[in-house]
Amino acid sequence: MQNTQQRDLVTRIAILMPYLWLIALFLVPFLIVLKISFSQTTIAQPPYTPVFDLSEGWEGLKQFFAALSTENYATLVSDSLYLWSYLKSLQVAAISTVILLLTAYPVAYALARAPRRWQGVLVLSVVLPFWTSFLIRVYAWINILQHDGLLNQALIALRIVDAPVTWLATDTAVYIGIVYSYFPFMVLPLFAALEKMDNALLEAAADLGAPPWRAFFQITVPLSLPGIAAGTLLCFIPIVGEFVIPDLLGSSSTAMIGQTLWLEFFGNRDWPVASALAVVLLAILVPPILIYRQRETRQYSPSSFRGAPEARARNP
Amino acid sequence: MKRFGTVNLTALALGLAFLYLPIAILIIYSFNDSRLVTVWAGASLRWYRELLRDEAMLDAASVSLRVAFLSATLATVLGTLAALALTQRFRGKLLFSGMIYAPLVMPEVITGLSLLLLFVAVEIERGFWTIVLAHTTLTLCFVAVVVHARLVTFDKSLQEAAMDLGCPPLRTFLTITLPLIWPAVASGWMLAFALSLDDLVIASFVTGPGATTLPLRIYSEVRLGVKPEINAVCTIMIAVVALGLIVASLLTKRSASRSLGARV
Repeated sequence: MQNTQQRDLVTRIAILMPYLWLIALFLVPFLIVLKISFSQTTIAQPPYTPVFDLSEGWEGLKQFFAALSTENYATLVSDSLYLWSYLKSLQVAAISTVILLLTAYPVAYALARAPRRWQGVLVLSVVLPFWTSFLIRVYAWINILQHDGLLNQALIALRIVDAPVTWLATDTAVYIGIVYSYFPFMVLPLFAALEKMDNALLEAAADLGAPPWRAFFQITVPLSLPGIAAGTLLCFIPIVGEFVIPDLLGSSSTAMIGQTLWLEFFGNRDWPVASALAVVLLAILVPPILIYRQRETRQYSPSSFRGAPEARARNP
Repeated sequence: MKRFGTVNLTALALGLAFLYLPIAILIIYSFNDSRLVTVWAGASLRWYRELLRDEAMLDAASVSLRVAFLSATLATVLGTLAALALTQRFRGKLLFSGMIYAPLVMPEVITGLSLLLLFVAVEIERGFWTIVLAHTTLTLCFVAVVVHARLVTFDKSLQEAAMDLGCPPLRTFLTITLPLIWPAVASGWMLAFALSLDDLVIASFVTGPGATTLPLRIYSEVRLGVKPEINAVCTIMIAVVALGLIVASLLTKRSASRSLGARV
């Protein structure tokens, strides 16, 4: 039937356009990063060798593959600086995520329990800072954490300390910056999960004699587990590769992997090593990314087509 | 009945204070007459006047706005198509959904590096358009997720009815689906716009001469220390975004109440 054919063609084109775009601008670049990680740095334009050149023909291709080496990966393994950088990043990400979870949960819980009339405005006000620039928000903390900044002024005025404390260029400042910037990313998934919860369950628990704290830990927390998982993944994965926050609030000794990669690329102009760093970072992050993708797409399987309250909750 | 209680109220108050205090301080100090952030020397518009004289900053703002507008629009088109694709079944969908969800969490240093290496390998001159391409790629994934979340709750029977009556799929989409999901599409556009306006890392990698975006400019100035003009720039950006959000939420509230009867 002509209509069916037409449907297939238009739909097919509609699917192909983003697909091809993403293959060209997302997938292919990764393959290039992989290739460059096997190259060597050189003073030339582009600053790596060998350069993939099909015009040389088969001989050229053979020479190309012969010139690739795993030298960069050997460098990564041999110099403990890099290993330390990865571990530091994982540590910062893990601790930040836990702090985020502990601080965002009460706020998300309060949002979920808020009267419906206010919920919209309150959620909007939690999300609003996210819409302002990331850079601005980090910069705002530089203002506060400076040696003669407001935090020190407040602490001295309250007699908590006698002299100004150094906040900037410390790990503490980085943690503050990260928790501050990623706060909405933890609150929203938690809120979405908590908001779905049926209050009748808590009422039933109370009727059966359970104290509020017990009802919380045995009912509320387990039911909010999908939200906890989503928020954890949404925060942990990007924090590992963070650059701006440790760069502006931390010091070079904070040395998270994002900073190290940046330094290798822009500072040392060593594209191959930077690429190798990126490949290894990606390898570390692929399992959580896959888990994240799996969780997100599972909710939207055709079987759960009509009943998607979680989708509604995620509607901005 | 939901009881709200003092514990919840305290949690909310502390949370919102934590979120807004740094921004409030920034805004207040942008009106500070003193060059020192620590001393309050009276209110003045001095830094805003200096800002208007700062050619480089205004230039960067113009670049950022143009990049954001172009990339958001392109990303919304591609992202909406991608969202539609996600509702279909086809071969290679696994890879497709992977490519949509991965950039949402991928550290930007990786995407930035990979895109730069692509542009170098293909010998595209880096500058305004490479930033547009890069931002489009990143933000289309966000648009796709937002629109897809709406499409999932969308009643397909309307589309099916139209097509049964002989309406071609493109026209069905334009006259039935799109009008009903437009708040999600608009949200996607705004999200893409905000993300592009705000991006520092990816822009750093793929920028070229003459294409300095506002974050790039702010970043290079911030590295030299806190400057009151930056407070002024930030305050303006915050005001613009806040205004945009309020307008958007008012518009969606009005259209939502209007279509409350036609609940799809």
